Parts: sequence; structure tokens; C-alpha cells
Amino acid sequence: MVDYKTFEYDMLIIGAGGAGLRAAIAGLESGAKVGVVCKSLLGKAHTVMAEGGAAAAIDDMHDGDNPDVHFVDTMRGGDFLNNWRTVDIFVKEAPDRIYELERYGALFDRTPEGLISQRPFGGHRYRRLCHVGDRTGLEIIRTLQEKAVSLGLNVHMECTLTKLLKDGDRVVGAFGYDRVSGDFLLFKAKAVVIATGGWGRMYKVTSNSWESTSDGVMLAFDAGAELMDMEMVQFHPTGMVWPPGMRGILVTEGVRGEGGILRNSKGERFMFNPEYMPPEAKGMYAETPEEADRWVHDNKNNRRPTDLMKRDVVARAIYKEVRAGRGTEHGAVYLDVTHRGADYIKSKLPSMYEQFHALGDVDITKEPMEVYPTPHYVMGGVRVEPEECSSTVKGLFAAGEVSAGLHGANRLGGNSLSDILVFGKRSGEGAAKFSKTVDFGAIDASVIEEEAKLLLRPLENNGLENPYTITSELQDAMQVGAMIEKRADGLEACLVKIKELQARAQNIGVEGDRGYNPGWQTARDIQFALKTSEIIVLCALMRQESRGAQWRSDFPDKDPEWGKKNLIAKKVDSALEITTRPVQEMPEHLAKLFEEG
Amino acid sequence: MDTVTLRVFRGDSSGGEMRDYAVSVLPGMVVLDAIHQIQQTKDSTLACRWNCKAAKCGSCSAEINGKPALMCKTRLDEATIDGVITVRPLFTFPEIKDLVTDVSWNYHISEKIPPFTPKPDAPKPFIMHQMDVMRQQEYRKCIECFLCQDVCHVLREHELKDNFYGPRQIVKLANYNMHPYDNLKRMDFIRNNMGIGYCNITKCCTDVCPEHIRITDNAIIPLKERVADKFFDPLRMLLVKLRILKNPEADRSQDSLLG
Ligand SMILES: Cc1cc2nc3c(=O)[nH]c(=O)nc-3n(C[C@H](O)[C@H](O)[C@H](O)COP(=O)(O)OP(=O)(O)OC[C@H]3O[C@@H](n4cnc5c(N)ncnc54)[C@H](O)[C@@H]3O)c2cc1C
Ligand code: SF4
Ligand code: SF4
Ligand code: FES
Repeated sequence: MVDYKTFEYDMLIIGAGGAGLRAAIAGLESGAKVGVVCKSLLGKAHTVMAEGGAAAAIDDMHDGDNPDVHFVDTMRGGDFLNNWRTVDIFVKEAPDRIYELERYGALFDRTPEGLISQRPFGGHRYRRLCHVGDRTGLEIIRTLQEKAVSLGLNVHMECTLTKLLKDGDRVVGAFGYDRVSGDFLLFKAKAVVIATGGWGRMYKVTSNSWESTSDGVMLAFDAGAELMDMEMVQFHPTGMVWPPGMRGILVTEGVRGEGGILRNSKGERFMFNPEYMPPEAKGMYAETPEEADRWVHDNKNNRRPTDLMKRDVVARAIYKEVRAGRGTEHGAVYLDVTHRGADYIKSKLPSMYEQFHALGDVDITKEPMEVYPTPHYVMGGVRVEPEECSSTVKGLFAAGEVSAGLHGANRLGGNSLSDILVFGKRSGEGAAKFSKTVDFGAIDASVIEEEAKLLLRPLENNGLENPYTITSELQDAMQVGAMIEKRADGLEACLVKIKELQARAQNIGVEGDRGYNPGWQTARDIQFALKTSEIIVLCALMRQESRGAQWRSDFPDKDPEWGKKNLIAKKVDSALEITTRPVQEMPEHLAKLFEEG
Repeated sequence: MDTVTLRVFRGDSSGGEMRDYAVSVLPGMVVLDAIHQIQQTKDSTLACRWNCKAAKCGSCSAEINGKPALMCKTRLDEATIDGVITVRPLFTFPEIKDLVTDVSWNYHISEKIPPFTPKPDAPKPFIMHQMDVMRQQEYRKCIECFLCQDVCHVLREHELKDNFYGPRQIVKLANYNMHPYDNLKRMDFIRNNMGIGYCNITKCCTDVCPEHIRITDNAIIPLKERVADKFFDPLRMLLVKLRILKNPEADRSQDSLLG
């Protein structure tokens, strides 16, 4: 018999990023007993790193923005793989979630009239990102953290959950361990919300934190939930590349939003190269560098710079420039904001300025930055119904980056921070409501025994494989085979490697004991990452077209047939099954919005 | 520079030792990269905290060459002294393992601070001017790295954790208290519970803050002055007594914005 501590909650929330904390607030306000678990300390989740802003059509800038336009932009951004119901709810509720944050204590930057200021971002027709300099994520997570704490939050910090527990077809709890002591933990819960964020750590270079190893999506998969569009991994166009110690750290899209210009090593503004302009975007962007420059000061009478096209478009262009030999000596392109002046840059992009200055000896008010695409965000994840964020498994809810449906094939910048607010709240309400209809189910002790054994194996056997070596080999394989440009041969080779690593990972051994042992933690994390990588690669192989983040250079065009299908991955009798499901058609009143432009 | 020696504390609450590791150096490498290299190639049991590697989450606090700093913001080429860099855990908090300390005290006292509570009649959205917002955004830049808590001698040498909440929490309180739409009175709390009187303005906290928050000048001193005013200003006390100032707290809130 294994030893463990037991906790009971009406609602268990796995993850304390923006989505998890907003869900907790909703649960606490409904009177439910709420427990939150997170892998790091409270307030440190990935959300803290977000820079640019949170998108909401609040029309404070008086330029005519409204939720309908936000709807059109988001669907176009996602190349119509999005669930329109999710998008519809999202655009309508985002403004209220922003105002609500102010009442919780957030302090957004202001317009001269004293309203919330908004900045432009790629793919958004209007200035739409409510922001706090370039530390919007910190503002959001701290505000939610303080609000949740004031409502009496129970939080289990530095604990990792590794298994969902079921009673029949319903989720009734979760099992895992405390990182500090290594003790096992059992959480009984009437409803569980997964808010574990994304998974970038299977790539060598990434903007993601150590926590982003895909635990949550695998917990759900293992419990039988459907995953959707797992091939859709977003490559942010501008990650740092130099010096090597800084590779992957994000350069916020806010830099381009504030007028930053992309140039190749010949000094050309390559985003004006007509080859990079997707047909559907023609006429929507500035046609000359002069118009783009005018837009920075007068966004009403000029079209926006092509540097601000959707992330997938810009990332591909940068990749192609470098491949064509027009990159910098470090294999990157230049991003230049020097023309905005030192004072402006320091006030609008203070952390960017400081980061480059302190870590890279680069003064961005005087010289350009070097940037290259980096894995950054995942659009795929647990398939949920938008209204209450319920998954296909009873009692299991999901919100935030771990869920799928809102962003389709490509997420617009700023849509994630408002996503975690809107659907964080809805998931919390959904789970609280559900928890009132059921009791604590029965927990199968043998499942706990089995999971505990699995967890302990690397410490007990004399396994020869090192968890860091496996991780590093997986990262190399994904970086080569499943990066921005994909081909069948590369994906297949990557899959072979993943299978090899999965076999070797059975034989991981680690030194030391259970107390705060990063090697032991990595041994479990890598099991999740390997399975998720396999699903990403299989889905990318299946979707034989290029759409949004999915760029198959052996199938370079969009295929209208594939445009009507989401890919669904599911565990059936302990085997992985991938099928397609038709994308729901928009009702007439929404479809009409696209005819109007 | 090809290799440097990282001299790292290894141990737990029962004691430990400094151990040397040779680390190979790439351009732009930070101390956190070196720690990761040790974990990946030399000793996978070495414990440390980190999340963002971009000086945004405040997880990777340590004492580098004796000074509290973020590991992800300290470059190897700048920190190396005669080929060696020493890395120790925060001193003020109980040791857990290697570079990880128990910072839970900070979370416990934070819970006691009366939260931001907006005035019921505040407009939606708030009307606030950038000037006023900016003053408080300084406090909100805090990444809760607890380096200021670590260095503050009231907590570090005198162990007055029962009496003094420390600079981080004063920053948090200053933020709430100076918010133009906040509706709570907290001056008694600041004096009696937080123990602001223990601070003797040495500014060590300001020196180590990686977010360059001017903790002492912009949070502690203005609050100290308000406490002093409220409790010791004889003219004010007279006015209050004569009921000329009906609600002394509210009437002062505008002054604080200028502070
Ligand atoms: C550098 C950067 C900049 C960004 N900028 C923007 C921006 O400007 N605008 C925007 O909209 N989006 C931005 N994003 C994206 C956005 O920040 C994220 O998508 C969003 O914060 C995700 O929030 P979340 O609540 O879903 O998850 P996260 O914030 O990732 O939180 C996940 C939580 O789950 C916990 N967890 C994970 N696994 C387990 C487990 N097994 N057991 C227990 N707990 C677990 C973690 O500990 C953590 O608490 C940015 C991202 C990055 C990296
Ligand atoms: S100024 Fe006050 S709070 Fe800051 S270190 Fe000195 S005594 Fe501590
Ligand atoms: S005030 Fe500065 S030093 Fe103190 S916790 Fe906040 S960021 Fe760290
Ligand atoms: S890792 Fe986040 S501050 Fe250093």
C-alpha cells in the first residue's frame, strides 16, 4: 500500500495561470469549496510572461471597433477551423472581463481621456489590445491571484498531478505528488478543471516555461477526453536568437505594434514582397513603406504595415528569407524600432529595452534586434463545449491554452489573455454547477497503486537512461522534423525517433530521493511530452494541406476539403485513434459578416 | 572564457557544503543556464526554481557572489571573479534543498493585507489618467522575487518576521492605498500589524530590486509619513477632535497621490 495525503474539494482546478485562477474566483464566488494545484509557486505560471496585451473590442479608441469585427478577425486568423460558437461568446464577453479586472485592481495604460488604452497587434483590424506597458501578463496574474486569495483560495503550490481518477465514466479526482517533500497526494473532487496551459518544451528552442510539458492535455487524453487539432503549434515570428544564451526568449509583437520594421540582411523590408501576401489579405495592408510609416502616426487614414500580418504569415516569411540566404550571420532577420526614439521605446517597451540591454548588450533604441521564429503557443488541445467548457468526459472541464476551439489554425496575438479570462470564468461556473449535482465518487485504489509504482520506478530500478538525454533527443527531433516547415519524410523520421525514445523512456533511472529532485520530475514530464509529440506529428502527417500554423511544404496550398475538418485524437481501448470531425457551419447572420468584408 | 567554476551550495536544512562544478561557457550565458548545464550533465539532483528565464516571474532568486540577485538576469561574464562564481540560496528563509528555500511566510502575511476594494460609485470603466496610473504601476511591477525581503536586515539579522511584513508587502499596500478608487482605511493596519516603524530606511531593499522599484523612497517613506501624520500631527489631531475633519482618512487620500 502506498502512503498519500488526501484532500477533498467540490472543485479541483489543475493549474494556477490566468485560466485556473479565474476559474477559482468563479468557483469561490459560487460558494463551492475550491482547491487549486500548480507545479510552481503561486503567481509564477506562464501567464506571468505575457507581454503585449489582452484583446477586447471595447472601442475606447473611438475608431469603431466592435465584437462583430473581432469575430471576423478571429475566424479569419484561425483560417475558419475555429468553433464559431466559442468565438462568438469570446468576442462578446472579453470587454466585460477586462472591466472586471480593473475592479479587482488591475491598472491598464490609459488614453488621454482617461479610458483604457489599446495597442494594435497582428491580424486585428483595430487597436484592440488592452495593455500595461509590456508586462500585461504579470498584471493579469497578480490581479487574479490577489482577488482569489482575498476570497479564501486553497492552493497547493509546487505539486504535480499525474493521473485523473475515474468512477465509471466520470472524473472524481486526481493523483500526484508534492515536489518539495515528494509525498503522494490524492485529491477527491466532484468536478475537475484542467487549466495547465500549453506545451512548448518538446522543442529545443521555445518561449515556454519548464512547466509546459503537456501534462494537462495528457491527463485528459488518458481519461478518455477528445483532443482537437493537435497539429496546430504556433511559431511566433520573433524569438531572440543572439546571444545563444537568450535563444527563444520572446520579442513581443508589441514591438511591431509600436512601428517596428522587419528587414533582411540587405536592408530590404521583405514583408512588402508580394510573394508573402496571402490572397485573402490583399488590399488590407499598406502597399508602400511610406504608407506603413504614416500609419504609425495616423491609423485612420492609412493601412497597417505588412509587418503586422498574422503570425503564421510573418513567421513563414522570416523563415524563407533566412533560407534564401538573406539572413543575418546568426541566421535571423532584423527588427528595428530605433526610429521611434529612445524615450518612446523606453516608455512603451520597457522590459524589452531592459532585457536586450542587460542580457544581450544590445541597445534597442540605437540598433536593431535579431529575431527568428520560435515555438510559442498551441491552438490544439482538449475539445470543450464553449458554454461551460465541459470536455467529452463527465465532470472534466478545461480552459485556457490547454483547451481547443477558439483559435483554429492560428491564434491572433492578445486573444489568449482574454481567452483565459472569458473561459476561465465559464469553466469555473460550469464546474461549480456540475459539482452541485453529484457526490464524491468511489476511487479505485488499484489505479493509485499503479500510478505510484510508475512514478517510483525511475528511483527504484537501475535504469540506464537519463531523463535529460531523452528530453534533449526529443527536442532535437521535434526541432528538425516538426518545426515551422513540415514534410512527410521529416515527420515520419521524427515519429520513428519518438517511438524509439518512448521505448527507451521505460528504462529511465534517476539519482537521489523524492525530495525536490528535478531529475525525478523530468522523468515523469518526459513521458507526457513523448506521447503529445507523437500525437502532434501524427496529426500533422494526416492533415495534407497548408493552413495557418500547419505548413506542409509538400502540400503547399489550402485544401478546401481539409478546411471543413477538425482532427480528433482519442484513446480507445488504450490505443490512440485519430479521426476527423466536420467543422460546424456558421449560421447565416454570422456568415454574412464576411461578405461585408 | 571557456570554462568557469560554479561554486554552489549543496545541502538541506540539516546542513551542507559548497561544491565546485566546471561549466562551459557560451556567449550571453546567465547563471541559470550554468545551473541547468550542471543538472543536465553532472548532477540531476541539484534543486533550483525557475520559470521564465526572462526576469519576469521572480522564481530564480539566489545569492550570487554574496548578493541577492536573479539567476536568469546575472551574466556569467559579469559575475565571474577570478574564474569563480558562488551561488547560495536566500539566507533569510528556511532552507529546503540546495538553492530552494521555503518562502511560504511571504504568502501567509500577504493574505492578511486588506485587499483592494473599489468605491461603490466608481465609474465603469474607471476614469484614470496615465500620470496617476503610472505612479502605481511602479508598485505593480513587483515580480515577487522576495530579494528585498531577503536583504532587509530587520528580517535577515533581527528575525522580526512576527513584527514586520517587509518591503515587498509595504509595496503592495502602498499600491492599494494610493489607488484613486480604493475605499478602505489601512493606516492602523500599517502601523500596528505591518510594523512599518521597524524600517529604518537603509534602502538595501531598493538596491537589490530587479524591477528597479524605488521601494524606500516611493512606498515606505510616503506611508511612514502618513502614519506619522495621522498619529502624531498635533494640528491634525486637534482638527479631528473638533470634528472639522470628519473622515481624516478619506480627506488625505488626494495628498497621497502627490506623494
Ligand atoms: C513570452 C510570452 C508572451 C506572451 N504574450 C502574450 C500576449 O501578449 N497576449 C496574449 O494574449 N497571450 C500571450 N502569450 C500567451 C499566453 O501567455 C498564454 O497562452 C496564457 O497565459 C496561458 O494561460 P493558462 O492559464 O492557460 O496557462 P498557464 O499560465 O500556462 O498556467 C498553467 C498552470 O498549470 C500548472 N500545471 C501544469 N501542469 C500541471 C500538473 N501536471 N499538475 C499541476 N499543475 C500543473 C502550472 O503550474 C501553471 O500553474 C504569451 C506567452 C509567452 C510565453
Ligand atoms: S529600507 Fe527598510 S525595508 Fe528596506 S531594507 Fe532597509 S529596513 Fe528593510
Ligand atoms: S519589490 Fe522588487 S525586490 Fe521586492 S519582491 Fe518585488 S520585485 Fe522583488
Ligand atoms: S526564471 Fe523567472 S525570474 Fe528568473
